[in-house]
Amino acid sequence: MSLLTPSIRPSAVARLNPVAKLAVALIVSCALLLSIDWVSAGVALLLEAVLLIWSGLSARQFWLRTIPVWIAAPMASITTVLYGEDSGALLWQGGFISVTEGSAQLGLAIGLRVLAIGLPGIVLLATTDPTDLADGLAQVLHLPARFVLGGLAGLRLVGMFIEDWHSLTLARRARGVGDGGGVRGAARRFFGPAFALLVISVRRGSKLATAMEARGFGSDEPRTWARPSRVRAADAVLVCLGLMISGIAIAAAVLAGTWSFVLA
Amino acid sequence: MSSTPTRDPQREAAQIRAHGWGWRHAGRHNNAVSGLDLQIHPGERVLLLGASGAGKSTLMHALAGVLGDAEDGEETGSLLIDGRRAAEARGRVGLVLQDPDSQVVLARVGDDVAFGCENLAVPRAEIWPRVRCALAEVGLDLPLDHPTSSLSGGQKQRLALAGVLAMQPGLLLLDEPTANLDPGGVIDVRDAVVRSLEHSGATLIVIEHRVEVWQDVVDRVIVLDPVGGVLADGPTREVLSGQGERLARAGVWVPSRPPRFPTRRPTGRPEALLRAEGLRVGRVPFGRRTASVVARDITLGVHAGTATVVTGANGAGKSTLALTLAGLLAPAGGTLRASSAFADGIGAEPHRWRSRQLLTRIGTVFQDPEHQFLAATVRDDLLIGPRALGLSVAEQTRRVDELMGRLRLDHLADANPFTLSGGEKRRMSVATVLATRPRLLVLDEPTFGQDSRTWQELVGFLAELLDEGTALVAVTHDAQFVSALADEEYRLGAADPIPLGVGAP
Amino acid sequence: MHAANTSLHQSTHPAGSPKKARNFRWRVVDIVVASVIGVASGVIFWAWGLAWSPLSTILAFTPGLEGLLAGGWLFAGVLGGLIIRKPGAAVYTEVVAAVVSMLIGTQWGFSTLIWGVVEGLGAEIILALFLYANWRLGVALLAGAGAGVAVGLLDTTLTSYAVLDFGYKVVYFVSAVVSGTVLAGLLSWLAVRGLARTGALGRFAAGREGSRAPSAARS
Repeated sequence: MSLLTPSIRPSAVARLNPVAKLAVALIVSCALLLSIDWVSAGVALLLEAVLLIWSGLSARQFWLRTIPVWIAAPMASITTVLYGEDSGALLWQGGFISVTEGSAQLGLAIGLRVLAIGLPGIVLLATTDPTDLADGLAQVLHLPARFVLGGLAGLRLVGMFIEDWHSLTLARRARGVGDGGGVRGAARRFFGPAFALLVISVRRGSKLATAMEARGFGSDEPRTWARPSRVRAADAVLVCLGLMISGIAIAAAVLAGTWSFVLA
Repeated sequence: MSSTPTRDPQREAAQIRAHGWGWRHAGRHNNAVSGLDLQIHPGERVLLLGASGAGKSTLMHALAGVLGDAEDGEETGSLLIDGRRAAEARGRVGLVLQDPDSQVVLARVGDDVAFGCENLAVPRAEIWPRVRCALAEVGLDLPLDHPTSSLSGGQKQRLALAGVLAMQPGLLLLDEPTANLDPGGVIDVRDAVVRSLEHSGATLIVIEHRVEVWQDVVDRVIVLDPVGGVLADGPTREVLSGQGERLARAGVWVPSRPPRFPTRRPTGRPEALLRAEGLRVGRVPFGRRTASVVARDITLGVHAGTATVVTGANGAGKSTLALTLAGLLAPAGGTLRASSAFADGIGAEPHRWRSRQLLTRIGTVFQDPEHQFLAATVRDDLLIGPRALGLSVAEQTRRVDELMGRLRLDHLADANPFTLSGGEKRRMSVATVLATRPRLLVLDEPTFGQDSRTWQELVGFLAELLDEGTALVAVTHDAQFVSALADEEYRLGAADPIPLGVGAP
Repeated sequence: MHAANTSLHQSTHPAGSPKKARNFRWRVVDIVVASVIGVASGVIFWAWGLAWSPLSTILAFTPGLEGLLAGGWLFAGVLGGLIIRKPGAAVYTEVVAAVVSMLIGTQWGFSTLIWGVVEGLGAEIILALFLYANWRLGVALLAGAGAGVAVGLLDTTLTSYAVLDFGYKVVYFVSAVVSGTVLAGLLSWLAVRGLARTGALGRFAAGREGSRAPSAARS
C-alpha cells in the first residue's frame, strides 16, 4: 500500500463515482463547520458510523489511516477544555487555565466535530483511485483537462519519492555526513535531501511535460476519454444520504437548543 | 478479442525538409543549431550522430513540436514536416526520450498507452483496440491494469514506445532510447522498434551513441557539426568508415574503433580487506522489520589492488550486494567481516562503522551521481569529505586541487554540480569519493550510459587506482568493462542473457 | 483559474535582452511542475499535520502560539507562485497540496480543501497586486504574510480557536502572520534561488534571471 495510491478492494463504495464521494464529504463538512455544538457533531458521527461499515476498508486499514484523527480529537478537546471560552459554573482554576462547564461542553463538541469531519473524509478518499478521481473531475465537473491531468501526472512523480529518499540517505552515509553533527547535523540531514528531492522532481516534471506534449497534450482542441466517468443512481443515493445526515444533525441541534451559528 | 484498427491516412510516412534552420534557446548566447539544410524522404531510417553540443536533441524536439514558443527561444529558417510546421503536425510525430521514469504519465499500463489517443480525440471505440495492438507490437504482454510503477527500465521504454505507436505517427523519433537500459532491455527496445517499423513503414530518426545496436536497422547516417550544418550524410557504411575516426574521438561507439584498454602494472601482494561468508543480502521494506532477501549464499573476498566485478541479470540483487559490501546496508544473514588491518581498530562489521569511519575505508559511487551531490559548487562538494575527516585547511585544498586536476574538473570548480554533463557528473562523483583516499572503492554501474571517450578515461583512471593498491568492487552489465579491468568475476544468479560489446583486449 | 488572454508574440531582438510581451497562458510544463511542487508540498503538509498535534500541545501553555506552526501549510502557494509566475499559480499549487494531504489522510478532512483555497488566495492576491511582475524578496515575504492573514482569519472564525478568548485569538492571528512571512515567504524565496542555481528551472523565467554562479557551458 502506497501512501498516495490506496489499495482498494472491489466494493460498492469503490465503484461509486469519486465526484459523488467528494460532494458528500463536502456537504457534511460544511454543515458541521457551521456550528460548534456536541449534538450536531454527535448525531452526524453516529449516522456516519453506520454508513462506514459498508465502506469496503478492512478494519486494519481503517484504523491505520484514521490514526491522525484519533490522536487529534482528544488533543483538540483538551486544549479547548483548558483554554476555551468560559461560561457557567467554574470547575477548576490554575494560572491561565480555567475549566468551566461551558468550556467542558465546548471541548466535547470540538472533539466530536473533529471525528465527524475527519473520519468520512479519510474513508471516502481512501477508497478512491486517483486516476478515476481525475476522470470524474474532468468529465463530470468539467474542470479543465489540462490542469486535472497535469496534476495527476505530478502525483505519480511524487510516488517515487520514497526510493529516492532512501538513496539520498545512503549516499549521505557514504559521504561521511550520515550521523553526528548534533542538531545542525540533523537539520542538514533533513533539508539536504529535501532540497535534492525538489531539484530531482522539478527536473523530472519538466521532462515529463515534454513527453506529454509530444503525445499531443496541452492544446485547446477537444479530447476524448478512454475511461468514461458516469454518474449512476447509486451516486445520487449517496449524495442524498449526505444531505440527510447533515439535515438530521442540524435539526437535532436546533431542537436541542445547542445550535450556535459560528458566524453570528 | 481485439479487432485490428482501421488503417488511418495519418499513418503514411512523413517527409522532412529543413532550409537554413536554426534555434537559440532563451537565456543562452549561442545557437544550439544553425544553418541546417537537409531532406529526409518518407520511410527512410536515419541515425543521427554528432559530438555532444551538436544540437541533435534540439532538432528532435523541434520535429516533435515541443521546443516551445518565443518564450523559450528563437527560431530561424524553416523546418517542415509534410509541408507544415512541426507545431501544427502534432500527432504525426512520436518522440521517445531517454529517461524511462520521466515518460510514464498514468498509473496503469493501458491508461498510459491510451493517453496519446485521447489527446488526439480518437473515438473511444477506436482507442482500446489501438492500445492492445500497440502493446502487442512492442512485446509487452501485460494486463491493461498492470501498475506502471512496477515495470523495469526496458519495459518502461517499451511502454513509452507503445504509447507513441498507438497514435499511429508517420515519423518516429527516438532520442537515446536505450542509454539508461541494461543489455537485455536494449535489445528488447530495438526489436520492438524494428517490428513496428515493419508494420507501419514510418520514417525513423534515432539518436544513439551506441552505433552497433542500430547500424543494421538504419540505412542512412547524418552527422551534425557542432559549428553548424551537416558534417556528413550518406549510407551507413560510407559515413561510418569516412567519419569513423572523428566520431570515435567525439565519443561515439563506432564498432570498428573500440576504445583502448589500459595496461595494468600491479604492484605488491594483494592484501585481504573484506571477507563475506554465506552472506545474505536484502533490503528492509518501508514499515517492516525484517529484510526481504534477494541473494543468498554469497562467499567472496575483496583484496587490495584487485578488481572484483559483480555481474548477473537484472533483479538478481547486484546493487544490494554492492551496498552491503560498502557498509551502507546491514547484511540480512551470514557474515561480512573486515580484516583487522582494514578495520584498523574499530569493529569488524562495516555496517556498524560510523559515517566518518567509512570515509577512509570504503568509498561508494552510486549509479545516479546526482544522489551524492551535497553542495552548491563542485569545489565545495569535494571539500566536504576532507573536512569531515578534520584535515587542516591547507591539506584539504591541496587534495581537492590535485583531484580536480587529475580528473579534468578545474574549469568547473565554481559550477553547480547539477549543471554538469553526464560524463562530468560521473567524474565528479568519483572525485568526491577519492578525496578521502579510501582503500576500497565500490561502484554501482560506473559506465552506464557513457560515451566512449568518458568510458576510456574512467577505465584508465580506475586502472591507475588499482595499480596504486586501491581495491575495487564494481557492479556492472558492461562486458567490455569486465574484459578491461576485472581480475575476478562474481556472478549472481543467471548470467546476463546478452553480452553487449566485446572490445579488443 | 488562469487568465484566458493570450498575448501577441513580438519578435525578439537579435542581441541583448529581448523585449517580450508577457504571456499569461499556462504551458504544459507550468502545469506539471506546479503539480509536482504541489504534490510534494502536500506530502510535507501531511507530515506537518501529524507533527502538529504534539507540537501544538507543547506550545499550548500560551494558547494562540500554535499560530507559529501555521506557516508550515502556506509555503506551497508562495513557492508555486514564485516559480511559475502566472495568474493562479499560488492558488493552484496550494490547492493541489491541500488535496494531496487530504487524500493521504488528515484530521481536518474535507475542510483542508477549503483552507487550501483561502490560503492560496491570500498569497495570490498579493502577487496580483504587484501585477505578477515583481518577484523580489519583499514580495515573497508579503505573499507569505498574505497567506498568514488568510489562515489567521479562517482559523479564528471557524475552528476550535473561535471559542478562545479574544486575547488568545489576537496572539494566534499575529503568530500566523509571522509564521507565514518566515516559513512561507522567506523559505520559498530561498528555495527558488537554490533551484535556479541548479539549472532545474531552465524552462522558467525564474531560472533564466542570470544567476551569479557560473554554470558549466551547456548547449
